[in-house]
Amino acid sequence: MSTVEGYNFAYLDEQTKRMIRRALLKAVAIPGHQIPFGSREMPLPYGWGTGGIQVTAAILGPEDTLKVIDQGADDTTNAVSIRRFFARTAGVATTTDTEAATVIQTRHRIPEKKLREDQIIVYQVPQPEPLSRLEPSRAETRRMHALAEYGLMHVKLYEDITRFGHIAISYDYPVMVNGRHLMAPSPIPAFDNPKMDMMPALQLFGAGREKRIYAIPPYTSVKSLDFDDHPFRTTRAPHACGLCGADDSYLDEVVTDDKGGRLYVCSDTDHCETRRAAGHTGSETPVAEAAQ
Amino acid sequence: MSEGTLLSARGLNLSFGAIPALVEVDADLWPGEMLAIVGESGSGKTTLLNVLSGKLRPQSGVVWYRDPQGALHDVHAMPAPSLRALHRSDWGFVHQNPRENLRMAVTAGGNVGERLMAQGSRHYGDIRAAAIDWLAQVEIDPARVDDLPRTFSGGMLQRLQIARTLVTHPRLVFMDEPTGGLDVSVQARLLDLIRSLVRRLGIAAVLVTHDLSVARLLAERIMVMQRGVVVEAGLTDQVLDDPRHPYTQLLVSSVLQA
Repeated sequence: MSTVEGYNFAYLDEQTKRMIRRALLKAVAIPGHQIPFGSREMPLPYGWGTGGIQVTAAILGPEDTLKVIDQGADDTTNAVSIRRFFARTAGVATTTDTEAATVIQTRHRIPEKKLREDQIIVYQVPQPEPLSRLEPSRAETRRMHALAEYGLMHVKLYEDITRFGHIAISYDYPVMVNGRHLMAPSPIPAFDNPKMDMMPALQLFGAGREKRIYAIPPYTSVKSLDFDDHPFRTTRAPHACGLCGADDSYLDEVVTDDKGGRLYVCSDTDHCETRRAAGHTGSETPVAEAAQ
Repeated sequence: MSEGTLLSARGLNLSFGAIPALVEVDADLWPGEMLAIVGESGSGKTTLLNVLSGKLRPQSGVVWYRDPQGALHDVHAMPAPSLRALHRSDWGFVHQNPRENLRMAVTAGGNVGERLMAQGSRHYGDIRAAAIDWLAQVEIDPARVDDLPRTFSGGMLQRLQIARTLVTHPRLVFMDEPTGGLDVSVQARLLDLIRSLVRRLGIAAVLVTHDLSVARLLAERIMVMQRGVVVEAGLTDQVLDDPRHPYTQLLVSSVLQA
């Protein structure tokens, strides 16, 4: 695809990119700490990844290969349009292959494949403040972060155990970064939380509407909050992927008919395709494909 | 600062515009004793409580606090993190309206456990056991540990607030009209409860009240305030039985004898 004329490389002007990069440097210096930045209007609505797209634009170079996923999938509207946006405004190579990508922008998932040191993952964040639902005042939450007063978050966990018998947070599960800052990991499933711990790749988080950037440098400890007698546990649907047979990946539940038919498939489409190409099959693999 | 005091204030001054709220106020509190601050509304009682607890900065004067190690701290010169840590652990604050202090959307157990969790308790079973124990101590049925505070009566809310405050075994509790807004029979039970808890745990307390009978029942020492000035201070029985200052005399004589 050819690059469109009249735009700076990767859409944003260089001054804006410098401003975002300065925020990113501060964010990396204080893992998990939210840095305010002058979020720009982007040609997509708030909630569609305006923060992530600005971070990606600021770090993208001409030699980069970009992958964009939405709920793990490379072929959903949001992922396709952001990928095409950068292909047209920056002329960078794009891919759906997790291994080939140098920059991965993601909404709500971390790829199943382990990321490497030469990769950067950019998260789209709707609400960067983990305490937002517990403490309405931002002035107060900032003070709580400054003084590391995080007892309130445990009150929320306490309430969950009291009401449901277990901690019932399935996504955006709060984490403690580097033993100091409480952080919202963006709405990734709690299943993905352990992948953030000591990840070799740089993790960047952009919240466009809330105008905040934060980051986790490579090899930083990320611990999910829990109680000693109610340790953090991941959950996944108790099935194997219907297409590739994987029994360790995070699954989507797809309704297939109106008679209660269900298909469980890997939410990470690249992971599923790679496995199928390697000859793995599941219970629902089409016969023609299985025969190949 | 006098020898052995827990909290000590010297020369406190604070005025809101032209209105003097505190004029050269001195106060001392020894460990394990209860000090009542009485006076009519607008006399500066609550302002004094807020200044003593570090919530409000005086225009001049100093408040000293002696920590368990015996070191003295100027409350208003303390860095914010230490002062907040003090309010979370060694100190407690009981508001007149329990709704100000409690989290109404969190169960009774969560409310009592919050200070424990803020101090770093990370064992659900222990926190819950402490919450149940404290509910029993403030005479709330432990079976209600999972109920929301909005299903509690006014007197129960106040007792829940007390449990929540005392769960970390503070050495010093500030109480702002703890029995205000409760009917007389509930008040009597609550006063009884506060008195027995404070005695048993050896807590020192500063109690603001406009009710002389509350002061007489709970406090060893009393300070009478009028327009920001402490007009009389001393042992409760002495001051109330033999008031020297005309204002105190007026105050005592205006109480209806039952």
